[in-house]
This record gives sequence, structure tokens and C-alpha cells, in this order.
Amino acid sequence: MKKCRRCSKPATLHITEIHDSTVQKIHLCENCASEYLETSAPPDEDEMEALLEEAGLGDLGDEQDELTCPNCGITYREFRKQGRLGCPHDYVVFKERLIPLLENIHESTHHAGKFPKRAPDASHKQYELIKMRNDLRIAVEKEDYEAAAKLRDDIRQLEEQQSE
Amino acid sequence: MQTGCEWLRGTGPDAEIVVSSRIRLARNLAQFPFISRADEPTRNDLEKLLYEKLQNLSAGPRLSYFDVRNLSDLDRQFLMERQLISKELADGEGARGVAVDQGQSVSVMINEEDHLRMQVVRSGFSLDECWKDIDQLDDDIEEDVTYAFGEDLGYLTACPTNVGTGIRVSVMLHLPALHMTKEIQKVLGALQKISLAVRGLYGEGSSASGQFFQVSNQITLGQSEQQIIDKLHEVVPNIISYERRVREALLKDNRAKLHDQISRATGILQKAQTISSEETMDLLSSVRLGVSLGMLDDLDLLSVNELFIHTQPAHLQKIRGETLDSGERNAARAAYLRSRLAEA
Repeated sequence: MKKCRRCSKPATLHITEIHDSTVQKIHLCENCASEYLETSAPPDEDEMEALLEEAGLGDLGDEQDELTCPNCGITYREFRKQGRLGCPHDYVVFKERLIPLLENIHESTHHAGKFPKRAPDASHKQYELIKMRNDLRIAVEKEDYEAAAKLRDDIRQLEEQQSE
Repeated sequence: MQTGCEWLRGTGPDAEIVVSSRIRLARNLAQFPFISRADEPTRNDLEKLLYEKLQNLSAGPRLSYFDVRNLSDLDRQFLMERQLISKELADGEGARGVAVDQGQSVSVMINEEDHLRMQVVRSGFSLDECWKDIDQLDDDIEEDVTYAFGEDLGYLTACPTNVGTGIRVSVMLHLPALHMTKEIQKVLGALQKISLAVRGLYGEGSSASGQFFQVSNQITLGQSEQQIIDKLHEVVPNIISYERRVREALLKDNRAKLHDQISRATGILQKAQTISSEETMDLLSSVRLGVSLGMLDDLDLLSVNELFIHTQPAHLQKIRGETLDSGERNAARAAYLRSRLAEA
């Protein structure tokens, strides 16, 4: 039996808090639970890490940590730290790690709800734009204004094509 | 903005217990990175594109836009107290904003954690109406943008806890009797077992002050929107009838004590010269219970619901038209309550 987080009595209430996007499990005894509900404190910052930990996906110190999305440039390590993905394509790049996490959070890995009217496969082409925007950001950082100008033109052109 | 907040009306099914019903959807555009990876020019592009889209919806309500980046701290807090924007949007960085309809039941946040966070709120227990409206709004927005979507995982969101439907269905419950008798712990324990989350009035780690409890789904993947809504339809009526049963028992066994508590609460609110936000919430909770039980004839639910919001810090300062420090706010709050409750 789990012990209460605030005192050493056996925990009888197991609270799962989701603050918009981060999840935290809190085990409390009846007295502390009542107090907790009166004055619920803001969530700890490292909840996504705790959640990953729970799914057996904590700091594994392996090469997957350095896995990088070719489109937005985020690494798996950065995701682990901040708990937010960098672009839609990350769900493909980090799939192996995200599937067990999703199973843990949602007890499922398959969407069963609404479908957008537009064909979803069209979106794959659109990921190109994410890559180009990331390249543009890097070009600006490096002060490579020639490359940046070209990328800006290319982005505009591709956007126009896609909105037609 | 000072007036007309439809979800405070205190009407709709079971409104004496269910203050409001709310559904939000998280959506992202396929051709942009998520917000945490979006640099300034990208955030600007996103805001411009979505702003224009929202101004030109083919159907649906006319929306007014608030450029949150350029609002004062006070105005941001005001929108938060109205539950039109989240703390994350208020405290965020760069281009961001919110589009709100006249009745303040529809709000669409741009560049929050996801590119779009749209919500529909209604007074009372009215989830079906919320879903009908937000489903339509979602379709309207989608007419000429492409959402990030995968066949397997559904709508793709910045945080994996929202992926799939991107939906959060929630109801705000006022449960003073369950709280008074500590029966609330049983309810909370039971909700947790079936994967429903409970928060306070202002979500995001806020306390359950005023005995308001927000119950919502945690799971967004693997169930349809309707299944998620149905789960709340199944569970919430049980909480409502539990609260009603306890209220009846209190009336039967402890009527004098209950009457005393409600009368004292009203008395303090009518006479206090300075009062904190927390004490106000607690006392208003008793007053709201008194109105629901027909013990206070001169007040209605709308007025009490409004008092909860109008006595919040930013609202008070807006009503007074000046910036007030904490001590001044407590005096202003007491004065406002005296004037509003004079005849009650």
C-alpha cells in the first residue's frame, strides 16, 4: 500500500491531476486529502518527466535521447525536459517512445473520434513547410541573409500553392 | 465586456448545482511547428493567419479580437477571471490573442499551448449544446486551413496528454452540502477511479474555493467525442442527486443550524468594511446555497454567480476604474458587496 505523500499514514485517496497538459499522481491519506483539496497547490514543474518515468521512459541515457526531428529540430531529450513536442511530425519521429506513453495516459493508441473533412494525407506535404521555417530560423541566427531570403521566397511560394 | 456573460445566467438544466458546462478543442495547423518551437516571425504569421480566418468565418457568431500581447496586466487578469483566457495565454510570450463572441460563450485562443484552443461555455448542465456549437465552429475554421492530423493518433497536439480528440469536456459544480458533510471525499475518490479529473474554479492548480469543483475527462485518445461526453452525462447526474440528497438531509436534521450559517454569511457580506477574496468566496458559497434552497427570496442565482466574478481582483479594479493594492481591494470589495446586497 502506498504511503501518504504528506504524512506516513496509508494513502486512501489517489489523485490524478492534469493541469492542461501535465499529469501528476498524488497519494494522500483521508485527512491530508481533505486539506489538499482546500488548498491545491500548483503542479510540480517536472510532471512530464514523472509521467515518462512511470511509463518506463525516464532518462535512459541511450542514443534515442539524441534522436532529432528533421523538420523542427527538437531532440527527444528536449521533449523529455519540457514536456511539449516541437511539431506534428514528432509523433512519427519519436513514435517508439510515445506509444508506451500514450498507452499509459490514455489506455489506447488509436483515435476513435472526429476526422477532419480535408484529406489527412495532405498534411504530410505540409511538414515541408515546418522544415523550411526551421531552416529559415537557423539561417537568420547565422546571419546568412542570402539563404534566409531564398527560404522566405520558397515558403511563400509553397504556401500559395497549398492554399490554391 | 463589463456585462453579458451568458454562462453566469444561472439558468439551464440543474443550474442550482451545475454552474456551467464547457467543451474545449485543441487544434494545430499542419504547416507550422508547435508554439514552443515557433520563433517570433512564425508566431506572427500564425496569429495573422488565424485572426483573419476567425474574422471571416462563413457561419457562426461574430467574434471580437483581443490582442493579448498588447493588453495591460490588469486586462489580462480580467479576461482570466472571466475564464475567456488561460493563465498560460496571459503569461505567454509573443503574438497571441483571443476571439470572443458577444455573449462570451465562445472563445478562441490563438497561440496558447496549441495554435488554437476553442471553447464553448453554457449555463447549467448543457453539454450537448456545447458540443453542437463547438463541432460546428471547428468545421467552419477548418474550411480553409489544414489541421495537423494523423489517421492513427487523430488531432496532433503539442502535449501528448491532449492528442486524439483534443477535447476537454467539463462541468463546474457547486457542492456546498457535500463539502460541509465531508461526503465530497467519496465523490472525489470515485471520480478518480474512472479517470475523471477534478479542479477548482480556475482550473490549473487552483483550489476548490467557494466549494466549486470542475469535473472533466482526462483521456482524449481511443474514445469518440460523444463517448467522452456520455461519460460525463452518466456520472454528473449521480453527483447532482448526491448533493441534493445531502441538502435535503441537512434541511431535515439541521435546518436551524443551516439557516443560521446562511444568515450569518449574508449578514457579514452586507456589513463588512473590509473582506478578502477567499472569505468572500466562502460566504458567497453559503449565500448561493441559501438561494438554491429558497431561504433567501430577494436574491437570484444570476446575481450570486455574478458576485463571485465581480469580486475578483481585476473585476473590482475595472468597476472602480483605478488600480488598487490588496488592502484597498479588500475595502472596495466590501463596499461593492454592501451596495449589491443592501436590499437582500
